[in-house]
Amino acid sequence: MGEIIDLAARYRDEGADELVFYDITASPQGRSVDRSWISRVGEVLDIPFCVAGGIRSIADAEQVLAAGAEKISINSPALERPDLIDELARRFGAQCVVLGVDSRLSGDDWRVYQYTGDPDRTFESERLTLDWVREAQARGAGEIVLNCMNVDGVRQGYDIGQLTAVRAVTSVPLIASGGAGTPEHFAAVFSQARVDGALAASVFHTAQIAIPDLKAYLRSEHIEVRP
Amino acid sequence: MSDVAIIDSGGANIASLVFALRRLGCEAYLTRDPRVIRSASRVILPGVGAAADAMARLAEHGLARVIPALRQPVLGICLGMQLLFESSEEGPATCLGVLAGTARRFAAAPDRPVPHMGWNQLEVAVKSPLLNGVESGEYAYFVHSYALPVGPETIARCDYGGTFAAAVSRANFHATQFHPERSGKTGSRILQNFLDAA
Repeated sequence: MGEIIDLAARYRDEGADELVFYDITASPQGRSVDRSWISRVGEVLDIPFCVAGGIRSIADAEQVLAAGAEKISINSPALERPDLIDELARRFGAQCVVLGVDSRLSGDDWRVYQYTGDPDRTFESERLTLDWVREAQARGAGEIVLNCMNVDGVRQGYDIGQLTAVRAVTSVPLIASGGAGTPEHFAAVFSQARVDGALAASVFHTAQIAIPDLKAYLRSEHIEVRP
Repeated sequence: MSDVAIIDSGGANIASLVFALRRLGCEAYLTRDPRVIRSASRVILPGVGAAADAMARLAEHGLARVIPALRQPVLGICLGMQLLFESSEEGPATCLGVLAGTARRFAAAPDRPVPHMGWNQLEVAVKSPLLNGVESGEYAYFVHSYALPVGPETIARCDYGGTFAAAVSRANFHATQFHPERSGKTGSRILQNFLDAA
């Protein structure tokens, strides 16, 4: 608990533009996140933050937003019941409904994977990534976070090809996720895939990349970033 | 120390605003009681949702007449800013009419999604106590689909496929289209300036 708050404060001070808190084990186990920490995070953060994991209903979302989160991110529950996207967007506005998509190449197509929080339950859904991204926007998703599973965790760079393809069908903000290893990877995903944001976890958690250095580098590459 | 009333217009997510004020040493309270609002030393009109719904709720609680008559410092935030003007295309809705103008919807474009969501730069238009210590080029956090055109009360502009009013100020009425409670140090300074306003 204290660690979450400390980490949130550290990223706030280092200049992160937004934080996302994932409980990736929430959906597969059919349980919801313990939400008592959200308002404690909200007390220290003066930047937007998003909560992902186990949000399956209006009531879940209400609880998260009332505790101070700016956005809610849904993934597996939206695959189980796509109407959830419409319901959340109608009730809270598209601007706070983020769709997380776990995707990888399967044969010749990018396909959506479900329950990725648990390796034993992860499976390839019947959905094609591009179709799902289009459908979710039509239903009211206000932002897409595309996690490219084939490059996730190996720090060899974002999946520019897949992100470029998804960008072409995405008219809401698109956030790249998976693969960040060096500052050059961030520059490449902004300039080549034209994403609106780049998400990373391990390179920041391990301090392999410091956010102020990264931002200085991106500015030197003529990519507009908040100081 | 001033007491701050946050007008409860229903549905608005105000936790982040309460937390931001608390970090500045101010315990704000949520209310829709006209007497409490009239007697507060400062009033904040937040807003998330649609203009017509928010106006209907304000009217239902007798606040559509109370707010324009307030004499203490008032701060409208996001939809709360739009409500201070005459009208909004969203609905459409007739608003509080404290300031002249109509909130208009952004036109979406391939590189410019609507809602306008995220960090964007402020351009200070005129010196104003609300923006004391805030420089052009500083970033603020926006989430909105409608905006007011730049007008005589505009103290900061922003550009999103054209300029719009990012902050306005006239007499005791102030407003920001962005969320100061989400805008890092820049936003915190603006809230502090509001708490310091005479």
